Amino acid sequence: MTALQEFRDSTRAWLEENCPPSMRTAMVPEEIVWGGRNAEFVNPESRLWLERMAAKGWTCPTWPAEYGGGGLSKDEAIILSQELARINARPALTSFGISMLGPVLLEYGSHEQKMEHIPKIVRGEIRWCQGYSEPGSGSDLASLKTRAELVGNHYVINGSKVWTSYADKADWIFCLVRTDFEVPKHAGISFILFDMASEGVSTKPIQLISGSSPFCETFFDDVRVPAGNLVGQLNDGWTIAKRLLQHERTMISSFGLASGQSDRGGTTSTVASVEGAAMHYRGDSGRLSDPVLRDRIAQFKIDSEAFALTSQRSVEESRLAQGPNATSSMLKYYGCELNKRRYELLLQAMGSQSLGWEGEGFEADELQVTREWLRSKANSIEGGTSEVQLNIVAKRVLGLPDMLGMVQKK
Amino acid sequence: MALVLSEDQQLLKDAARNFCQQNSPIAVLRRLRDEKNPRGYDEAIWKQMLELGWTGMAVPEAYGGFEFGYAGLGIVLEETGRTLVSSPLIASTLLSSTLVTIAGNEEQKTKLLPALVAGEILMCVALDERAQHQPQNIASTAQKEGDLYIINAEKTFVLDGHIADKLIVVARTSGAQTDRDGISLFLVDSSAEGVTITRTIMVDSRNSARVELSDVRVPREALLGEEGQGYAALEQVLDIARIGIAAEMLGSIESVFAAILEYLKQREQFGVLIGSFQALQHRAAIMYSEIELCRSVIRAAVNSLDDPECSVDERAKYASLAKAKLSEVFELVSNEGVQMHGGIGMTDEFDIGFYLKRARVAQQFLGDACFHRDRYATLNQF
Repeated sequence: MTALQEFRDSTRAWLEENCPPSMRTAMVPEEIVWGGRNAEFVNPESRLWLERMAAKGWTCPTWPAEYGGGGLSKDEAIILSQELARINARPALTSFGISMLGPVLLEYGSHEQKMEHIPKIVRGEIRWCQGYSEPGSGSDLASLKTRAELVGNHYVINGSKVWTSYADKADWIFCLVRTDFEVPKHAGISFILFDMASEGVSTKPIQLISGSSPFCETFFDDVRVPAGNLVGQLNDGWTIAKRLLQHERTMISSFGLASGQSDRGGTTSTVASVEGAAMHYRGDSGRLSDPVLRDRIAQFKIDSEAFALTSQRSVEESRLAQGPNATSSMLKYYGCELNKRRYELLLQAMGSQSLGWEGEGFEADELQVTREWLRSKANSIEGGTSEVQLNIVAKRVLGLPDMLGMVQKK
Repeated sequence: MALVLSEDQQLLKDAARNFCQQNSPIAVLRRLRDEKNPRGYDEAIWKQMLELGWTGMAVPEAYGGFEFGYAGLGIVLEETGRTLVSSPLIASTLLSSTLVTIAGNEEQKTKLLPALVAGEILMCVALDERAQHQPQNIASTAQKEGDLYIINAEKTFVLDGHIADKLIVVARTSGAQTDRDGISLFLVDSSAEGVTITRTIMVDSRNSARVELSDVRVPREALLGEEGQGYAALEQVLDIARIGIAAEMLGSIESVFAAILEYLKQREQFGVLIGSFQALQHRAAIMYSEIELCRSVIRAAVNSLDDPECSVDERAKYASLAKAKLSEVFELVSNEGVQMHGGIGMTDEFDIGFYLKRARVAQQFLGDACFHRDRYATLNQF
């Protein structure tokens, strides 16, 4: 028996023994485990599942064991994910520490920084938020103005961030700050970590068109941060920022991946698939009676399948290289546009039953579609707009001449 | 299923690419068109393709082939698409050899396959009867009379019809005009009495013909497969061919896109390279995204061809997925190819027009995007 086969067998046996029964059912939004100092466990088995997975480092399977990660090879990690999928296991932990900060900290952080932060990410002890966008710096992120000035051995931070997801629930923030105002904008940015409990940090939630949201405005008023919390070189934060954005895009593009699958809130739901919903609300069986909608749904499903294959190919190709590559921009662009298309089609499929806001006359999953449709509009804005992704593809992948860059340098 | 090329596949791809670029560049198609070549392909180049073994790749060893699989043929077609190679590889090899392999009896395979592999005979499949591909809608008839069948058929858009030595004619032996049941396949000599073949000159400068059969009498042995049960085999072969054609389309799409990028990086207007204009950059980036999707679809579809675990239904989904997607993207990229080149893109001297012309013919061949979206919906039960 090969070593990989042995790994598969022992993993399967361990999961059989250690994955609690309720963790083998479809995830419900209220029970997603984000971790952190004030972690909530609506379902007690979620805590047990997190503790067991974290003890093996399997919340972050490929991260080095030295920092608490699973230390698995890529092949082993694939086997683990296959075995988790086999029993329909829920993710033990969901966090921006895992999907965004951890990978860049492992790449650019000092040994001390890794020792301090990585194990806590793996165990879900600290919940992170992302301090990137500012009121005046959206697509032109590098124009950010939040300043950090060195006073003694502390940076003093002043400014504000916006669209900070879960800032009101997070324990720490990874933040882009300007440390030099005299140089071209990309060259004066640093990447710094600090505790959201620090004096001078405040947050205010933002309500979106879809209703409540995880987004916040975040304000920094003379926040003192130890100088050792700066990651990488002073004024070289843009390099880390871009790298982190690649990881973020990879995460967001998975929305598009999910949009091609018919499982949505359980297979029994009438809105589980666009075509299923279209037939249900028309009283059709066997064949969708509206030929125009049928053609559009078929086109959407074809693009979804093609996109899923492309994501899979990208994973296979990245096994040969290290980390995400420029195709993350393409995947982010396409995946987000696909998800928006899905919701527009779902609205057509469901007619007026997709347009309820609250109260009587609508099923819970119908009201959820309304909110999700509105929320999907942000997919092509957050993590870099679709237009910014196309700029990146044009410049970095296709090598087209950069007129915008000349403007940006100013 | 792997979506990256294996080492063997990469070697084959490189070799095929080199061959096409060096021996059969697009100038060959231009010459064939300009000299109104009666056969529509270059016989010397075809001979070299035979020597490379391309006609035998998917044919079992027992019948003179090399059993490299259909995936190999798909990979070669991707490369022939790059330079728009016109050859009997699609009609004789991809369609006819495959149909004989799948539907033929021992005697037919022994007789026909080695000859097809060696290029001693050329064949074609006479299927379509209308301006749209409707493989189940067959009005042509074959009536049994004693030991003979009497065939009456009118076929159009028959690739290589006028150069084929033998035709595989799809005709109805029973059933209503759109029934699956009752469709039969017949081997007919193109020289048989009652067969009239008229070459039709198409916009892509490739071969096509109308074929009429008027009271053509063929013996029982001409039946390929079971009487009335030809459709299942035909559909299986059409799906293999659709994937092959889609692979060829990918090669053409990549060629056009490479030309577009090159032009955007060299053409100056208003004192700057036109590739610096965001209006063009975004369209180029969108095309790139669509082409990346096409590449993944083709890898999956081509690899499904030899995957023993892939059912006929699953392959049908891959075929319609591939043909629908590649048809859409080829239309987009061929149109943008002309537009982004501006005036020069409209000139015959420049090659881009050949791709635009080929695109539309390839889109229609074996079903366009609408046909395959409809089929994809049906295969997915909606």
